[in-house]
Amino acid sequence: MTDHHVMPGHHGAGDDHVYLTLSEAGPELDGEARWAYGTGFSDPLLGVDTTVPAGLDGADLAAYCLMLGDDALVLAQRLTEWCTRAPELEEEVALTNLGLDLLGQARLLLTRAGQADGTGRGEDELAYWREAHEFRNVRLVEAPNGDFAHSVARLLLFATARGALYGLLAGHPDPVLAAVAARGVLELAYHQEYATAWTLRLGDGTPYSAARMQAGLDAVWPLLDELFTPHPVELRIGADPSALREPVLRTLAAVLAEAGLTVPEARPLAFVGGRAGRDGVHTEALGPLLAEFQVVARAHPGATW
Amino acid sequence: MVTAPATAWDVAAAVPDPELPMLTLAELGVLAEVETDGRAVTAWLTPTYSGCPAIAEMAADVDARLRAAGYPEVRVRLRLDPPWSTDRITEDGRRKLAEAGIAPPGPAGPPLLRLGPTRHRAVTCPQCGGTDTEELSRFGSTACKALWRCRDCREPFERIKEI
Repeated sequence: MTDHHVMPGHHGAGDDHVYLTLSEAGPELDGEARWAYGTGFSDPLLGVDTTVPAGLDGADLAAYCLMLGDDALVLAQRLTEWCTRAPELEEEVALTNLGLDLLGQARLLLTRAGQADGTGRGEDELAYWREAHEFRNVRLVEAPNGDFAHSVARLLLFATARGALYGLLAGHPDPVLAAVAARGVLELAYHQEYATAWTLRLGDGTPYSAARMQAGLDAVWPLLDELFTPHPVELRIGADPSALREPVLRTLAAVLAEAGLTVPEARPLAFVGGRAGRDGVHTEALGPLLAEFQVVARAHPGATW
Repeated sequence: MVTAPATAWDVAAAVPDPELPMLTLAELGVLAEVETDGRAVTAWLTPTYSGCPAIAEMAADVDARLRAAGYPEVRVRLRLDPPWSTDRITEDGRRKLAEAGIAPPGPAGPPLLRLGPTRHRAVTCPQCGGTDTEELSRFGSTACKALWRCRDCREPFERIKEI
């Protein structure tokens, strides 16, 4: 008598069902294959032709990808800080979704940077092992979240400007940068739409919500102009951001007018000796952000799970 | 390189999407191309969103299925250009989504910047077929989905949003 019978009461039907389901998943998808994290498939540019096109300087291309990648990475971190803290669950899901889009763009751009500069540094090395002065993001994205209206104002400025930039970059000679931009322009359109909808809702809401929205705009507005101030690398790579100033300001002015808000007259935040985020000169807000972002990777270098 | 025989494509095409398992990668439009060169197979995948966390698992699944089907040398590669669009979801894929209670997307295109009153696309409830539906949130449980509700049957449902 070699038949085995499961004794009723010893193994519930639920247990049997679980094991049945696992075995029916098919032998070809067993075990570790289901868990791809940490496998060779983690390269976000796996198999993409990463030759730097003739006529482009690899160091410049890398520096430029680092600028855009750091913008996306740092703002993704700020958006993620809203997780468990947003006014409503739906907004929390929305803000973290936007952060996920930006994180994906950052992974591609940082990977591209590490290839194009010839150092072979991967995304993790660039994200976790650089110091604040090595980050090339604009100061707009590192500013603290403030309240919800403040974060909406920052997102409105960034998404409007970055969507416009990606629209231009979709035709860039570097195929990787162009592909990231072509994908990103549609993602940023959703970000812009989200921020615009909340700006209208708060600005056109109660006097109190309008005052909070206006205060948020007033706080972030001095950081806007840095996005349009060309850095020599941006000029050499053929992506002069000053061309965006007029159309972006026009779009923002239309949104604020519809929302019953005022375009702030605040002057741009000064550069320090002609340098700002694109040269690694940041506000005091970036250090604590990076400390939180990098602490686990630095405590356990090279850890996998 | 020669054109892929139907079998290698069929094997890769049948791999289910990890987040929408009622759809195959081919029906989702993520499987861009499969090429065979002798005993070697190369499959190209196009990620949906920049930050889609499922792409690594998709690549691992395609790799495992092709090897299990007897192809000794398998490469899975990413193709970013042209970007994925919801227009790449096949008719079968759209039908299966609706059968699973997820409203399929309409024609792709960026959301238009609207400054006037919000006007949503007309969306049919995948549960009851009702047309009195409203968007609860443009963002849902995954990057590609929005959260809706039907005022006819009072049930919430998810919807693939156009991109």
